[in-house]
Amino acid sequence: MQTFRYVMSRFLQALFALFCVVSLTFFLCRLAPGSPFTEEKAVPEHLIAVMKEKYGFDKPLIAQYGIYMMNAIRGDLGPSFKNNGFSVNEIIAQSWPISMLLGFVGLAIALVIGVPVGMFAASKRNTIGDYGLMALAMIGICLPTFVIAPLLGETLGTRLGWFDVATWEGSNAWLLGALTLGLYYSAYIARLTRGSMLDVLNQDFIRTALSKGVSPMKILFKHAFRGGISPVVSYLGPALASLIGGSFVVETIFGLPGLGQHFIKAATNRDYWLINGTVIVYSTLILTLNFVVDLAQAWLDPRRRSNA
Amino acid sequence: MSQVLPRHSKTIEEGTSLGKDAWLRLKKNKLAMASLYFIILISLACLLFPLLPGFPDPNKTYLELKSQGPLTTAQTSSGEKVFYLLGSDHLGHDIYSRIIHGGRVSLTVGLIATAVSLTIGLIYGAVSGFIGGRTDAVMMRIVDILYALPFMIIVIILTTYFGNKLWLLFVCIGAVEWLTMARIVRSQVQSLTKQEFIEAARSLGLSKWRIIYRHLIPNTLGPVIVYTTLTVPAVMRLEAILSFLGLGVQPPNASWGSLIKEGADRMASDPYLLIFPAIVFGLTLFALNFLGDGLRDALDPKSSKD
Repeated sequence: MQTFRYVMSRFLQALFALFCVVSLTFFLCRLAPGSPFTEEKAVPEHLIAVMKEKYGFDKPLIAQYGIYMMNAIRGDLGPSFKNNGFSVNEIIAQSWPISMLLGFVGLAIALVIGVPVGMFAASKRNTIGDYGLMALAMIGICLPTFVIAPLLGETLGTRLGWFDVATWEGSNAWLLGALTLGLYYSAYIARLTRGSMLDVLNQDFIRTALSKGVSPMKILFKHAFRGGISPVVSYLGPALASLIGGSFVVETIFGLPGLGQHFIKAATNRDYWLINGTVIVYSTLILTLNFVVDLAQAWLDPRRRSNA
Repeated sequence: MSQVLPRHSKTIEEGTSLGKDAWLRLKKNKLAMASLYFIILISLACLLFPLLPGFPDPNKTYLELKSQGPLTTAQTSSGEKVFYLLGSDHLGHDIYSRIIHGGRVSLTVGLIATAVSLTIGLIYGAVSGFIGGRTDAVMMRIVDILYALPFMIIVIILTTYFGNKLWLLFVCIGAVEWLTMARIVRSQVQSLTKQEFIEAARSLGLSKWRIIYRHLIPNTLGPVIVYTTLTVPAVMRLEAILSFLGLGVQPPNASWGSLIKEGADRMASDPYLLIFPAIVFGLTLFALNFLGDGLRDALDPKSSKD
């Protein structure tokens, strides 16, 4: 019962957060100067008036907000002003899978590299291996994605020909993008894992286990892992949020037609509904992941369940 | 405690303050000190070099002198001799001069945006932690919700909507980077409020604001300094990403991010255009991160990870 209440309360919080984000973006868009109907060449007054009526912009703002929210709940995110004839739903359906693939494969690569490296460094603390790996991780953190991406594109793509970076269709350029993101975040995760594993390994119950003669391997994987991995799990939500920023860069560099590209264009063109739609999609993703992370944390650390 | 003091010190009987103690520990950390010197050096270079007479103009274009390699002296069509220390880009801009001028922008963004985030986070966290109870719960829930937002998106919306003004970039980045700071300050304040000296201040009848301002904030400074040092590189990265996407600094002005972008576009033909700005930017972030780690070890020896 307590678990159910915990899950429900987290779920409602996530829904509320989503509502706040969508409202915030709506009013931010509408109250900001500029309009999607102003073009480089002057558009006649009466045409703008027709456009405004067509898209319902002649109604009071609060009514527009109500209409937009009702439609959004029904799953209709409105038309795109700048991509003629396309609805926001269609644009998202086209570009979202590419961004998803990039983000999740990137995150998976980061975990697969970062966690073992961090655990290894923690188990061999203050040895040459530990220092070497952590120095490497620091270099990884300091080299931004937009330096790593062109370098990988040039070496693995153009020189070695492992990846086809010239076009994206049917090519594996997205994998190179995911690799770029993954390498970058693996450096963070390795540092985080090492730090929290060391915290756990310094605790009394580990010493007790050692003195009982449990093998170091078993201690690392069986006793320390569950506590040591907890900060990494917490980090996944913020990591995904920040990975989105990185994926904008990677999509730009490798010319991947993901949602990030559309979003940047939409933001500069004031394509309101496309901006809102993108924000809804990204926020839902982050909130869902945070929700799953909360549940995973409750499973890893029962103490958390009580303070729902 | 005692082993960090120099053995031959004549002032040993005076004892050392917390700050001095931390400084002595930091001084023993060679990597952190090298990082500190590097940061001072690069800041001074960016600040002072452009004031020197004869320093090349970063926006002076020589279309006939495009893509000159590093260390070349070239002659313009008007017979003027131009020396390119780090080469020139596709418009004949002096890359060395652009890196120095770009550093001014990047470092200023780093400092001011961090100051904005520090101010918001410090006040929010201190108030939340000190008042406690329902207010604290609500304030921290708000932080939780904000954590779940795709920040990059909000920053992009803000910068594209309100124009590419540099001060706006500072405020936008600062306004989204204060969350962790607020959490750190709050947890510090919470543990401090339970201690006797705050109770003493309360029983003396000091006002809430005075307690927050005079007694709580100064005592949270250790972790705050550490996190501030680590925020600067994070903010600089964010600015670089924005400039990279064409949403930050606008040409002909440059920041390290926009220089790396220009370099990445021409990497195949002129790799030095990417390499030099990337090295300077990478080294600066490297130094800031190491200094932050060093400060953490110096200010709070217990939390030191190794």
